Amino acid sequence: MNANSMSPILSVENMCFSYGPLEVLHEVTFAVGRGDYIGLVGPNGSGKTTVIKVILGLLEAGKGTVSLFGTNPSAFGDRHKIGYLPQKLTNFNPHFPATVKEIVSLGLFSKKRFPKRIIKDDEALINDAMTLTDVLDIKDALIGELSGGQQQRVLVARAIVNKPELLILDEPTTALDPEARENFFKILYELNLRENVTIILVTHDSASIGKYASKLLYLDKKVIFYGSFEDFCSSENMTHYFGEFTQHLICHRHD
Amino acid sequence: MTDMDIFAALQYAFIRRAFIAGSFIALVCSILGVLLVLRRLSLIGDGLAHVTFGSVAIGLLLKQQPSFVAIPVVMASSLGIMKLMQKARLYGDAAIGIVSSLGIAGGVLIASLSGGFNVDLFSFLFGNILAISRAEIVTSIVLSIIVLSVVFLFYNEYFSTTFDEEFARISGINVRKINSLLVLLTGITVVLTMKVVGIMLTSALLILPAVTALQIAKSFRNTMILSSLSGISSVLTGIYVSFALNLPTGATIVIVNFLFFTVAFLSRHAIQRRRY
Repeated sequence: MNANSMSPILSVENMCFSYGPLEVLHEVTFAVGRGDYIGLVGPNGSGKTTVIKVILGLLEAGKGTVSLFGTNPSAFGDRHKIGYLPQKLTNFNPHFPATVKEIVSLGLFSKKRFPKRIIKDDEALINDAMTLTDVLDIKDALIGELSGGQQQRVLVARAIVNKPELLILDEPTTALDPEARENFFKILYELNLRENVTIILVTHDSASIGKYASKLLYLDKKVIFYGSFEDFCSSENMTHYFGEFTQHLICHRHD
Repeated sequence: MTDMDIFAALQYAFIRRAFIAGSFIALVCSILGVLLVLRRLSLIGDGLAHVTFGSVAIGLLLKQQPSFVAIPVVMASSLGIMKLMQKARLYGDAAIGIVSSLGIAGGVLIASLSGGFNVDLFSFLFGNILAISRAEIVTSIVLSIIVLSVVFLFYNEYFSTTFDEEFARISGINVRKINSLLVLLTGITVVLTMKVVGIMLTSALLILPAVTALQIAKSFRNTMILSSLSGISSVLTGIYVSFALNLPTGATIVIVNFLFFTVAFLSRHAIQRRRY
């Protein structure tokens, strides 16, 4: 955990959300400090993506409050402070005629005023992001010509090109092989450690997340656990809830 | 083929008018077409063209210039398609289908109630750019410049929204306004296109240059440029060939467009075969 992790970036209090009559989030409360690296885990349908969408202002909470950099997400203006990698691209067209470089540049528009134009100074930012995610050598390739893992790295570059303060990633490693997944986690770890980027990572890969994240948020429509990995691993309540095997699976790689 | 060369054809004022108006309208169609095709809204041109048919009937009933009646009606209908997609949770093709059939049904009913129109409906259905008037040219140029300016100013918003709407929204882009603006511009363009290729063939001018460019384009910007070049060249070639061979202009433009698409398609496959 970084030194200034106590500064609040995000706080969620008693948040409830329903899709029609179906309540998917109940009284969810947690706070994220600057520099935190949160692993958000939970079973399918536990409300992980919904929490992210409410934080990003894509959905509005039915009850409770959400404060993002001190502001309600729907009124939040400093969009450049956030980087986002979605679970999957909605309606992704594999024949979309955009190059890697063009797609990475999309991440810069949140900072720009009308008319949004890419200027010379932006080139360095775009190149930095492409270098960090190892896509610089394919910068002129069309997105549809890339493998799933390469596409994912391009989207990570798009998410970090703006040098965000808060990076939210929704199950980013599903299309990656084990080696690419490990490299991906290392990139995030570096960003968190060196750039003090606050990270919220939604994942099913609880074994890997234990190695890098500073906190664990386990969600199953409500918060089951939120705290450090050390606390999670030594909690008898969690042993009782998950069983020894699962708790060990999450904890054994955390050092 | 013909003893009428291009320079002889340009001696005629109506050919020059057709070239000027056709180029502007083709450029607008080609640019918007890329955005529509990539958003899987290719058939919005067809749907709005059917609404144009209904609007022409209203214009004739009210003894007004059909284009002037058509522009607000078609723009309202384009917003109607957007609202149906958002509020009734319909896919784009279903929303377009509803508005399209309403347009045709309205046109047929109005024509029937008024006892039929004593005009050449054929020219509205299949266009006649060779008969374009000076006032229509000015209208076409002004509206084309408006459409092109909006797309140029919001180019990156359109790029972002077309590639990934959710990310665009998170980036602070007002996706709803951008999308509404796009369908409104499409509405204006469809009415302009009526004179070039007619109601029945409007979607060809929106779709064919875009899909031609998509066969060989190397980037998003490149797609816009290639689509524009393909659209303008095919309209100019189509006008000249139809004049030289005494063929229907709208249909000739569409066939030339299709030939361009075929060449681009075959080129892409030839390049791929050589590469692998």
